[in-house]
Amino acid sequence: MMNDSQPILEVKGVTKSFGAVDVLRGIDFAVQPGSVTALVGDNGAGKSTLIKGLAGIQPFDGGAIYFEGKEVKLEDPKQASALGIEVVYQDLALCDNLDIVQNMFLGRELKRGVTLDEAHMESRAGETLQSLSVRTVSSLRQKVSSLSGGQRQTVAIARSVLWNNRVVILDEPTAALGVAQTEQVLNLVKRLADNGLAVVIISHNLQDVFQVADYIYVLYLGTMVTRLKTSETNSGEVVEYITGGRTDANSNLAGEGASA
Amino acid sequence: MSTESSTDVNTELPKYMQRKSLSIADTWNAYRVKIRSGDMGSLPAVIGLIVLVALFSSLNPVFFTPLNFANFFTQAAVVVILAMGLIFVLLLGEIDLSAGVTSGVSGALLAVGLTRWGLTWPIAVAVSLLAGVAIGIFIGLLVAKVGIPSFVVTLALFLAFQGLILVIIGEGGNIRVTNEVILAIQNNNMPIWMGWIFYAVVVGGYLLFAYTGRMRRLARGFSATSLSVILIKTGVIAAVGFATVYALSLERSTNPELNPLSGIPIIVPIIALLTLVFGFVLDRTSFGRHIYAVGGNVEAARRAGINVSHIRIAVFTICSGTAAFAGIVFASRAASVDPNAGKFIVLNAIAAAVIGGTSLFGGRGRIHDALIGGAVVAVIDNGMGLLGYSAGVKLMITGAVLMLAAGADALSRKRSSGVMR
Repeated sequence: MMNDSQPILEVKGVTKSFGAVDVLRGIDFAVQPGSVTALVGDNGAGKSTLIKGLAGIQPFDGGAIYFEGKEVKLEDPKQASALGIEVVYQDLALCDNLDIVQNMFLGRELKRGVTLDEAHMESRAGETLQSLSVRTVSSLRQKVSSLSGGQRQTVAIARSVLWNNRVVILDEPTAALGVAQTEQVLNLVKRLADNGLAVVIISHNLQDVFQVADYIYVLYLGTMVTRLKTSETNSGEVVEYITGGRTDANSNLAGEGASA
Repeated sequence: MSTESSTDVNTELPKYMQRKSLSIADTWNAYRVKIRSGDMGSLPAVIGLIVLVALFSSLNPVFFTPLNFANFFTQAAVVVILAMGLIFVLLLGEIDLSAGVTSGVSGALLAVGLTRWGLTWPIAVAVSLLAGVAIGIFIGLLVAKVGIPSFVVTLALFLAFQGLILVIIGEGGNIRVTNEVILAIQNNNMPIWMGWIFYAVVVGGYLLFAYTGRMRRLARGFSATSLSVILIKTGVIAAVGFATVYALSLERSTNPELNPLSGIPIIVPIIALLTLVFGFVLDRTSFGRHIYAVGGNVEAARRAGINVSHIRIAVFTICSGTAAFAGIVFASRAASVDPNAGKFIVLNAIAAAVIGGTSLFGGRGRIHDALIGGAVVAVIDNGMGLLGYSAGVKLMITGAVLMLAAGADALSRKRSSGVMR
């Protein structure tokens, strides 16, 4: 399953500075459809900056971005959405006072004439959750305020699937979740990839990363120090890369070549 | 982990995809869950209203008479209309303290337009409504674009507009309104036969609406309200409506030979229409959905691509425009406009919305909260007036009820966020 197929989204040599501070110093990063790519690194390594660049919120200063092999620009969030790149943020952008269906379609409501087409939205929301094998919610008309943290994360992720997105970026999806709920969300992450999406997961929790990721990219102080196949590494090695204890030039980043 | 996974492990479909006609018990259970999670809606206000009516009826024989009943509608009308506009603003968690004086400005423009400027009534009404809309856009721009808190913007306008009313009216102090069409809004009644047609339209319309909604959901294979629940609800509306229309159709004049008086006040269908239109906007359009979203979580709304500034400006425009209409209704009832017009009424209107179940924190409220809350405020005012209490005591009681409602709002909000995680 871990074939090095053509990446759907790839960046080469991207840079970003804030004043005198170089936050990204020429990053190469690529994600394949149908696989989960983890992005790890200590605080300040540049994970968020990389993600914001991919989401078009904070455009990169330099470097090239390729989508399905073609060079593209990501200079505002609309361009990212148009390509099907969706970010699910850590602080879950959900409205507590709205129900599951209303949240999933927020800002993109289906209409019939001027009125909302509630039935259509409800059936599509249900189908999407079902396709992700979500069984933990009892009613689609439940207010989000009544959901547990795991269920909220589920709704947020399902929302990103609804719009035929190709790349879904999850920022710390399991932070603040209990054990059982973390399990649910990680299963959901795997199912996204099984459905053919390219999934990027940012996490501090290496146990989670090893459970779901096919590839692990490690950022250290604005440099991509390595790209590892999860099956060929262990958490001790990853920790060494994260903490800067290991920065071998001949890591498999160069060898395997995410950049074709 | 409030939800248990599906109890019947064998079912193929997840619980949310199972289709059925919801029984009375299902509907009742869903309602109980909603109440328990802190979303009480209008329930406290409805109970309070029943208690107050029972109390005042037993204390004063005049309270429960057709004449007082009809008066009650015209008394409540201005507060109810103002509260409807305010609900839009309150749904964003904002406030408009200037709504009352905005209605005063509009009333003053109407009166001056009809008298000194010699305008025909449609033009005068248009001028006063447009003034309201312009005021709303102005407030919205200051709040959404400049970023001044709505409390401060509208407090400043609360003062400024009292001055503006004085300037418009001039030193004369008080302008009489004599236009028959304007006066009819609050002083005339529908013919009795038309009242019953209105009744039939309301009950039949509700039944049709609920039934077609159910059929549409069933056609798509969704869970839908059962027929018995729809029939029970329709029955309650039909019964309450029948009693109301019957009481209003009785001769209620103190001097029937000289001055016969019966029928539904014209303001009643006007308010019904407003409720319908605003309810439609809030519940059935994406604009309404976005209002709730911005009130619930601004950041989430923004990330979902909703233009938050536009929504802010729109709700203030709706609020002030509605306030302008309330000003016309006020002028009709008083048959005059004076410099103090609308000064105090805004607090009653905010009280009405909050008592009815609209949250001051934004994101929660329905348009009918204005009807129920407005009824509570009007019953207190009317009932205590009949019992001979002074205006001072009435104000204190209304204030206390507002505090009570705001307290309940704050506590229920705490409760629902406690359930959350």
